[in-house]
Amino acid sequence: MKHSIARALLTAITIALIATACSSSPSNKEVVLLTHDSFALSQERLDLFSEQTGITLTIQTAGDAGTMVNQAILTKDNPIADVMYGIDNTFLSRALDNDLFVAYRAADIDSVNEVLHVRDDLATPIDFGDVCVNYDIAAFDELGIDPPSKLRQLIDPTYKDMLVVQDPATSSPGLAFLLTTIAALPDGSSYDWKAFWTDLFANGVAVSPDWTDAYTGRFTLSGGDRPLVVSYASSPAAEVLFGELDAAPSASLTNGCYRQIEYAGVLKGTDNEAAAREVIDFLLDVRTQEDIPLNMFVYPVHNNAVLPDVFTEFTVLPDTPAIMDPQTVDANRERWIQEWTEIARS
Amino acid sequence: MDPRVDRNSTLLTNSPVGRIGLVVVIGVPSLFLLYFFAYPVASITIRGLTTDGSFSLAVVGDVMTDPVLLAAARFTVIQALISTIVTVVVAFPAAWAFARFDFPAKRALRAATLVPFVLPTLVVGSAFLTMAGPNGAIGTDLTGTLFLIVVAHAFYNYAIVVRGVGAYWERIDPRTEDAARTLGASAFTTFRTITLPLLAPVIASTSALVFLFSFTSFGVVLLLGDLKHTTIEVEIWRQTTAFLRLDVASTLAVLQLIGVGVILAGYGWFQRTTAVQFEHATAPTRRPRKGKERIAVTLALTSMLVILGTPLLLLVIRSFTNPAGGAGIANYQNLIRLPEITAAFVNPVDAIRNSFTVAFMTLAIALVIGGLAAAALTYASRRVARGFDLFVMLPLGTSAVTIGFGFLVALSWPIDLRTSLILIPIAHTLVAIPFVVRTTTPALGSIRHNLREAAAVLGASPWRTWWTIDLKIITPAIIVAAAFAFAISMGEFGATSFITRPSFPTIPIAIFKLLSKPGAAPFGAAIALSVILMVITGVSMFVIDTIGTRTSNEL
Repeated sequence: MKHSIARALLTAITIALIATACSSSPSNKEVVLLTHDSFALSQERLDLFSEQTGITLTIQTAGDAGTMVNQAILTKDNPIADVMYGIDNTFLSRALDNDLFVAYRAADIDSVNEVLHVRDDLATPIDFGDVCVNYDIAAFDELGIDPPSKLRQLIDPTYKDMLVVQDPATSSPGLAFLLTTIAALPDGSSYDWKAFWTDLFANGVAVSPDWTDAYTGRFTLSGGDRPLVVSYASSPAAEVLFGELDAAPSASLTNGCYRQIEYAGVLKGTDNEAAAREVIDFLLDVRTQEDIPLNMFVYPVHNNAVLPDVFTEFTVLPDTPAIMDPQTVDANRERWIQEWTEIARS
Repeated sequence: MDPRVDRNSTLLTNSPVGRIGLVVVIGVPSLFLLYFFAYPVASITIRGLTTDGSFSLAVVGDVMTDPVLLAAARFTVIQALISTIVTVVVAFPAAWAFARFDFPAKRALRAATLVPFVLPTLVVGSAFLTMAGPNGAIGTDLTGTLFLIVVAHAFYNYAIVVRGVGAYWERIDPRTEDAARTLGASAFTTFRTITLPLLAPVIASTSALVFLFSFTSFGVVLLLGDLKHTTIEVEIWRQTTAFLRLDVASTLAVLQLIGVGVILAGYGWFQRTTAVQFEHATAPTRRPRKGKERIAVTLALTSMLVILGTPLLLLVIRSFTNPAGGAGIANYQNLIRLPEITAAFVNPVDAIRNSFTVAFMTLAIALVIGGLAAAALTYASRRVARGFDLFVMLPLGTSAVTIGFGFLVALSWPIDLRTSLILIPIAHTLVAIPFVVRTTTPALGSIRHNLREAAAVLGASPWRTWWTIDLKIITPAIIVAAAFAFAISMGEFGATSFITRPSFPTIPIAIFKLLSKPGAAPFGAAIALSVILMVITGVSMFVIDTIGTRTSNEL
């Protein structure tokens, strides 16, 4: 038993030591970046940043974007990070309402389309991606029918039992697609989104809990039973890249997409504001912007960023994607999801 | 008060060393659980129920009358109960075969039972959907049925019963049963009047684990269930991450804790009233003899191979099916190739190394803390033990979301641990401790007191007695505990996703990243990495088993 006591003490001391080592108070040149679990940049870019600025960048991931924002809100009196990146326009106003950010006008912000700017520069746009309905090209060839070209066609009996979507309560593309339908058929219109979804369910739409189950389980391209899936406009490019293909096996319906814009901001309460600003500048630096597409499969916001070939060849940017005002989204998100869930359950 | 059990406590409390010992065995695990479990959960709950600076329970009424949430609560309990009964019944024959007989490849098979335990739900889910999904091999879509959820839970938790019950059963001297048979009792009567009562405490304790796992099951319910069948765990997650309704989530978390507490108290009571000490077996296993016996053992093992083997085999086959079609190793090559194309994926070698690091840390912390807790349960007074037992088990019945967010709001004091990587093995340890405690406590409690008295009469000091008698008897249980701690850590994803660094990916995180990108190549690579995880786990279990058996024989 003496052994156990000694071991227990030793463990306690070890834990304390490791803990202290891991949480040593940040020096002036250490910045913690809080982001979601899809964050990825090439190691060369990250190393170059540290070399050029002398700043040690510690990246902390926190689950999906929703979880990340909630973590930041819960810790706002004593922030766990200096910068947050990856908050999108469906969650932005929640962050602004909770006063999470301090304003900063990024060095290259003038090279970004003004539509994307945030009031008072409280957050900086970094990238965007479009959530669209994608279709399996070969599957439709085999069926001998044309894929739908408009959102409204999804309730056509021709496309019965063909679409799989994600639950908006548990999935970010699922929520984006719900918002697309609400933007197109808002509350109060004679044929509103609720009527549309009722028809969609009558037409056999399937609901997956998350993107992975929908795309890799249900989509015909992955061996499933549905030739239409809610995914991203960049998915065809990713298919080509990962599969070393010559042509894209899928394509997007460019009518009926939702644009997710991701922002970064300096977290209020940081003791390292100057270095935190440098991180924002780094994220908007044109070379980082050009590094984003092939690592995160979203589009850079910088006007001068050159897209990789696989993006220009195999993705189509929708002309008029739905964008909803962040405040409207935040004010109605819970109600919309609950109303949707009621329709889905009945 | 039962004198047979309570006299254990004299071991430690009679001498001053014993008193200090008792303080340590209760104190260390208590402090650990208070700081890493009770404090975070209490902090997030109070935070959730505080609006504009004032604490309010107003939301509790709303939650208790919400039809959707009530239905979720009902479904949670029903599916967990059915899952537990089915798992115990289905796994019982294999536990018997492992406890009583020798057969070819026994150790390898025993190691293999833990493999399902570590697999990510997304991967297992995809294997189940291949069989019984919308496009499944059996031709009927079973998603959204209770049946499929129960089968998946049985698949996951099978090992808990086989290993837990098996390790205990092995120590019951078969001559006890043989004596009954000699006196003319039928096989069934012997089982009902001798074996089953002896096994009752361990059946209760393993059922409690299976129940808690099914009760808080997240991925399986989300993936194989449907919108109409949601559980408290899923609701807590939805309310927290989608709505930031911390008040509702906190209420659900408290209700979940109360429910778990009531059920555990019931199990504890049952376990206590049925606990008996018995003769320990010296040579419990042998080759099956008669024709009937051989058939029974074969049937028990075959059922195990079918239940555990089918989904695993499907994954192995799929991992060797190239994305472009045909058999080959392209998926394994892609594991290396894909991270070279994009930083969205991680190097599998790094992931494997990190997983081992975390698993060994978890194993060490969980064995120390859990071992001390088991000693506390055995040697402390009954009342203390009763409360402590409940406390140790609670983390398993608590949502990973509650614990994860609890860490965030609580662990900035006295040192800021909120973003420390040490929280990864600690979060895993919280899940592993109940396993360590559940597997070692019945063994410690079963040590006959007269064995110790005999040692004492022969002049052995209490510590020598402990070292030569207790430790030897509990070693098989410790091996099982170590195996579970290791496996839990290898497969744990829930809490890990809350506290992670891209620079420190583990295998489950690497699999998750592959599953989050489109294309047959990443998907196939995810299956390949899952198969690697299966092999690593199987081999590790085999090694732990071998080392343990050797140590046990040397003592």
